[in-house]
Amino acid sequence: MITALSWIKEYVPDLDVSLQEYMDAMTLSGSKIEGYEKLDKNLENIVVGQIKKIERHPDADKLIICQVDVGKTERVQIVTGASNVKEGDKVPVVLDGGRVAGGHDGGSLPESGIKIKKGKLRGIESNGMMCSIEELGSSKDYYPEAPEEGIYIFEDDVEVGSDAVEVLGLNDAVFEYEITSNRVDCFSVLGIAREVAATFGKKFVPPVVTVKENTEDVNDYVKVTVKDTDLCTRYCARVVKNIKIGPSPKWMQRRLAAHGIRPINNLVDITNYIMEEFGQPMHAYDLDLIEGKEIIVKRGNTGDKFVTLDGQERAIDDSVLMICDANKPVGIAGIMGGENSMITDSVSTLLFEAACFDGTNIRRSSKKVGLRTDASTKFEKGLDPNTAQLAIDRACQLIVELGVGEVVGGMVDVYETKREGKKVVLDSARINQILGTNIDEATMIGYFKNIELDYNAETKEVIIPSWRQDISHTADLAEEVARFYGYDNIPTTLPTGEATTGKLSFKLRVEEVARNVAEFYGFSQAMTYAFESPKVFEKLLLPKDSKLREAVAIMNPLGEDFSIMRTSSLNGMLTALSTNYNRRNKDVRLYELGNVYLPKQIPVTELPEERIQFTLGMYGEGDFFSMKGVVEEFFQKVGLNKKIKYDPTNKKSYLHPGRQAEMYYEEQLIGYLGEVHPEVSETYNIKDRVYLAVIDMPYIVELATFDRKYEGIAKYPAVTRDISMVMKKEILVGQVEEVIEKKGGAILESYQLFDIYEGAQIKEGYKSVAYSITFRAKDKTLEDSDVNTSMERILKELGNLGIELRQ
Amino acid sequence: MKDKLQRIKEEAFKQIQDSDALEKLNEVRVAFLGKKGELTAVLKSMKDVAPEDKPMVGQLVNDTRQAIEALLEETKSKLEKAALQLKLQNEGIDVTLPAKKEQLGHRHPNTIALEEVERIFIGMGYEVVEGPEIENNYYNFDALNIPDNHPAKDEQDTFYINSDMVLRTATSPVQVREMEKGKLPIRMIAPGRVFRSDEVDATHSPSFHQVEGLVIDKNITFADLKGTLAEFAKELFGPDTKVKFRPHYFPFTEPSAELDVSCYKCGGKGCRFCKGEGWIEILGCGMVHPNVLRMSGIDPDEYSGFAFGMGLERIALLKYEIDDMRLLYENDYRFLKQF
Repeated sequence: MITALSWIKEYVPDLDVSLQEYMDAMTLSGSKIEGYEKLDKNLENIVVGQIKKIERHPDADKLIICQVDVGKTERVQIVTGASNVKEGDKVPVVLDGGRVAGGHDGGSLPESGIKIKKGKLRGIESNGMMCSIEELGSSKDYYPEAPEEGIYIFEDDVEVGSDAVEVLGLNDAVFEYEITSNRVDCFSVLGIAREVAATFGKKFVPPVVTVKENTEDVNDYVKVTVKDTDLCTRYCARVVKNIKIGPSPKWMQRRLAAHGIRPINNLVDITNYIMEEFGQPMHAYDLDLIEGKEIIVKRGNTGDKFVTLDGQERAIDDSVLMICDANKPVGIAGIMGGENSMITDSVSTLLFEAACFDGTNIRRSSKKVGLRTDASTKFEKGLDPNTAQLAIDRACQLIVELGVGEVVGGMVDVYETKREGKKVVLDSARINQILGTNIDEATMIGYFKNIELDYNAETKEVIIPSWRQDISHTADLAEEVARFYGYDNIPTTLPTGEATTGKLSFKLRVEEVARNVAEFYGFSQAMTYAFESPKVFEKLLLPKDSKLREAVAIMNPLGEDFSIMRTSSLNGMLTALSTNYNRRNKDVRLYELGNVYLPKQIPVTELPEERIQFTLGMYGEGDFFSMKGVVEEFFQKVGLNKKIKYDPTNKKSYLHPGRQAEMYYEEQLIGYLGEVHPEVSETYNIKDRVYLAVIDMPYIVELATFDRKYEGIAKYPAVTRDISMVMKKEILVGQVEEVIEKKGGAILESYQLFDIYEGAQIKEGYKSVAYSITFRAKDKTLEDSDVNTSMERILKELGNLGIELRQ
Repeated sequence: MKDKLQRIKEEAFKQIQDSDALEKLNEVRVAFLGKKGELTAVLKSMKDVAPEDKPMVGQLVNDTRQAIEALLEETKSKLEKAALQLKLQNEGIDVTLPAKKEQLGHRHPNTIALEEVERIFIGMGYEVVEGPEIENNYYNFDALNIPDNHPAKDEQDTFYINSDMVLRTATSPVQVREMEKGKLPIRMIAPGRVFRSDEVDATHSPSFHQVEGLVIDKNITFADLKGTLAEFAKELFGPDTKVKFRPHYFPFTEPSAELDVSCYKCGGKGCRFCKGEGWIEILGCGMVHPNVLRMSGIDPDEYSGFAFGMGLERIALLKYEIDDMRLLYENDYRFLKQF
């Protein structure tokens, strides 16, 4: 919403504040000012001058020398190239040292304007400049009386020597407000003016609306029927005859210009003026084109086509409200009129419409027919039906005042359910309790009165006018009090009451450990989108029956690339790694903590399961076992102290078939790791080995513990035995370790792989594996015999697996 | 005898003084005091000395020995010092050579900003909780006093899963879920991912993060809201930060406000960073709407509360002066390693 300050001052005549004060105070009372423009910020020292004498320039065909009366004893000599001026013309003159906003070509305006200095033009002194409307920072669009090209010429009655900027109405400032959706009333100059008056404690003087009507009866001219009253709460119609189309007066043109609206003619300008002033869109039909002299408001027919007055054909359906005459639609309600009833210069009798349509329906219809207009934007917010009558009367008042036509007596008003103002009991104690203030009731009532909320002392009720639909609770009244008391003046305190413990949830603590471990190992945190393309399934070579293909789909995605909720975190990680690889970043390690979304059924009827995944990915330095080290370190830090089992048998399509494993903790699958399948890396354009680990965090959170028990530092010496074995290649060292753990007995302390070898001296298909096994007792120095018993058990079991000691 | 000792002593002294290395000094020691040394030889020849002269000669021999030993010791210490000096001199390094570092990873700026926010509120007794990212309409809209035809629903161009399920448009639904648990008082913050149907550009992303805050207790006032958030702003942006509460509108709070902080680049004078305004908007807040309390099973006559919500990316962009939101989701290591 924008308003010119001069227009506001019409309704708040006592307003006398600086622009800065205005902006600050309005923002603090709830009408946030987003910006403003001083129309005359670069206009300086510009007066109305009258050309007294014109001579040809002796040395230049295209230049003339003008002697200009600027209201001082001495005339000013100005040389100009403009050809549209003649002796006697009154023109804007910028004097030596003054400033104009732009060049005569009307291009973009320089930030601080253009300084005008006296000088010589082809040898002849020129002591100022006559201005075009473009040089004054505006255009012919807003000043239609300005010539196509050349100097702006004033009307004859303008006083020579007066301030030209003032005469042109450019001594104004235009403010832009951010109006919140609850304050529909503030999408109008009057609404803002009411707030201004209340904010500065000045008198609010809205226009006094009276219509001079003729003695005829409007009902003899037109009949209105509203069939769908759910979508049209009120329809007001008036008739104006003997229309004389012509330009509107300058004051109206200037006001519209300041609001960025082009003056067109008196009729259009009046409807635009009302739209600004009251926030009420109006429409005018040529009554002679309305068949049956009848207006019917009803839903359209699906399949119908309708040509709006911009000449475009629109597809209509039965949810779109139409304005029809006896035989055909003549307008899309609240959006745009039809070409078939359009006002032309030859109009003699018109039908004025000011209605109130359902905001939601207008919003949806506007989307449906693909047309968003100034009118629909206003209606969408949900207007007050009581404004319709005021607006149409005001329009007819202007019709008469501006001599546009003759208003037929009476108004057709279809208004079935009248919207009444509400009443809210004033509970000043509660308001003070909400705000933490101590404001007396009289002060509160004073604030209310300033915004036309009356108070009934008998019933202790605040009477809410119908344009303030947003007020219905004590809390709403508290906000009104707070706005005018000043948010700044409300004290600042801290909550008292029962103490609470500040903490992270256990889940978040586990995630914090994950971040710390990952970062310690050089992994940086990535964040990727939760939605992705279904093409990801192919990129990851997922089999057709993969569970991961069952994804939650978005009904209205931003495009296929963002159309399903991810079921795996791999694509995000691989995309991030790919970005880095292709930007030539070396040895990149990333991790992410983010959800996957697993539907409980397709189509989705319950909220899907959201499982947070700890995903690690890297290329460059490091291998499978570096990754394995990171995840094991993490498991240990969150108290998963038992051995993780690595199972390479369940092959995942996107991983290297020989370099992948699922991770189990106490029989629970908790994640997997591996090298990315070269075909997949290729798809992501990474020409290096990529390693991934994905840990399903909800399980970790379940299993994790931060409890630790001190076990004491060993007092007795350890005994270490080394064994070197020969076994079939297929046997995993994990199997050997399982045997050592199972058969080592209570005195087994630790074991360590120290050699693994294939090749010369080892027969084909076999490998040599060597372990160092350490035993220790808590209560004594171990005897050889103790260790021997354990070792024999281990060796026997290894023998059962076909593993032999190396000779 | 006396002369002989004198001569030995002089000779020893000379040789000790001539020694320029520890090994040589040791040779001198062996030569004079060793088993076959000169002085040892004199001592051995004591048996030939007349008994009445023995004490005198013994004394002399001892004196000589002590004198030599003392000088040996002194010289040894000097030589050792010199040797250490030399060793240290040779061990000098170029301290400007590059450091040996472990390549640590870097935390995402969003997380760093979040941890700052969490630290401040945990310190004030708030619990950090979470809620689902895919939400029922009820929690995302209805329970927050946003009815079906409300314009706010339109403003927040929402991603729908079906007619009853959306990608949450704010972290506010967590408020409702927390209130429904019925455990009072509540002091919580809820960080998390939210979604809006915005195309990706320098200032928009269809997916971003918010932090929601909620306090419910008896006698919570707007003044408490102001005090709490002013404290938060000062902690986050520095003790000289000024705050400004402006009236605003949210369907789920009344009265509502937006909080501006003085621009920490220019201190409020107005600069390019704050677009000349001197103030930067950081969050929305307000007193929880009585309808919201009632719908979540809390009696608004007994309890009141305040809520607030802020965009995490916005905080991160402001704090770290990042000029393009897209950088946060590209995961380029050259970007990440700066945090």
